[in-house]
Amino acid sequence: MTILAGHYSYWITILLMVTGMYILIARGNLLKKLLGLSILQTSVYLLYIAPAKLVGGTAPIVAAGFAVYSNPLPHVLILTAIVVGVATLALGLALVVRIREAYGTIEEDEILALDGGDEGR
Amino acid sequence: MTGDLILRIVAKLLMPFMLLFALYVQFHGDYGPGGGFQAGVIAAAAIVFYAITFGLAAAQRLVPERLVERLLALGVLLYAGVGLAGLALGGSYLDYFVLAHDPVHGQHRGIFWVEAGVGITVAAVMLKLFYMFAARGRDAGDL
Amino acid sequence: MAVTVFAMALQRNLFSAVVLFGLYSFFMATVLVALDAVDVAMTEAAVGAGVSTVLLLGALYLVGGTEAKPLHRPLIPLTLAIAVGVVLAYGMQGLPAFSDPQAPIHTHVAPRYLKEAPSETGVPNVVTAVLASYRGYDTLGETIVVFTAGVGVIALLRRRQRKNK
Repeated sequence: MTILAGHYSYWITILLMVTGMYILIARGNLLKKLLGLSILQTSVYLLYIAPAKLVGGTAPIVAAGFAVYSNPLPHVLILTAIVVGVATLALGLALVVRIREAYGTIEEDEILALDGGDEGR
Repeated sequence: MTGDLILRIVAKLLMPFMLLFALYVQFHGDYGPGGGFQAGVIAAAAIVFYAITFGLAAAQRLVPERLVERLLALGVLLYAGVGLAGLALGGSYLDYFVLAHDPVHGQHRGIFWVEAGVGITVAAVMLKLFYMFAARGRDAGDL
Repeated sequence: MAVTVFAMALQRNLFSAVVLFGLYSFFMATVLVALDAVDVAMTEAAVGAGVSTVLLLGALYLVGGTEAKPLHRPLIPLTLAIAVGVVLAYGMQGLPAFSDPQAPIHTHVAPRYLKEAPSETGVPNVVTAVLASYRGYDTLGETIVVFTAGVGVIALLRRRQRKNK
């Protein structure tokens, strides 16, 4: 059972990722889909940062008295990823607001019905 | 009414500390956790806090929309400008070690200005996003 | 954290889903501190629990508060999600175990950065040094992405002077 013990951070990551993906594809409400997308993004942060940690090390700020540091490279990548994620979320929310004003609803099937009715004309 | 009063007084007390903390995180990013992004978000959060407590109009008097839009572009230009300065002084684009007499000092200077540019842009963008979402609801007539 | 995410999936009241999202971001920031990623934890706490939640609440106010009941049982998406999970679980067995010092992530470029960064840049915080100096181009790109997001939201949500929109 060493697979379970040595890789437990990956199990949690997979769980979060799958839940986020399920919310993204299974729910029809656009705002809920955006929440699912955010959960998916945060699970990816965990995916990158968990391997960077060294037990017995410390944060990657060089100071006297510490010899082992956690790996700083994934931290840099994920800092960028977090900010890009919030940029994506902001644009998605702006689109949802405009869709609401144009269609009157943010449920996916109602929007498709409204759009399908328009195309039949 | 008392609830409102407490909120206003606490907001007035806390806001300078929040802005000061944002500046601290920005400039202390070299020696501890922090840097441009965190500082920008904390500064924007301070103004958002003010807007939530005192109303959007008061916050827009304090930090006008035009200023926010100008700051948005200024941060990116500052970052790109540091890169161009490296180009002008003899190195490649975004080389820091030509910026001062001593390469390590040059790195310090470059990192300082670059983080400042990032902080300004991030703060302006977050604040502008808040203004846009809040103003939309008001204009739609149901506030 | 898993409990929070499940609750978020099942909630139909969107306001509570957003509040749960803020809670989830705080949990994530705490986990990141436990993993020694202090810069990332500060950013995740500020951005995820701060800005993201504020923007979601703002959009929620403009959009309306409850999700409709799903019309058909979501069996296909559930099967798909579980299938993806199984494939990921199969793939992750090849990855190195938690906190393995011999993992490739720790043996190529990272030791050089950790050793050289204070002397080459004079900055003890290695994350800032890598972000602003060694990988400065990426940070320039990221700043431009943030700027573009701001401009995009302005373009989408700007009110014209005439009232019919």
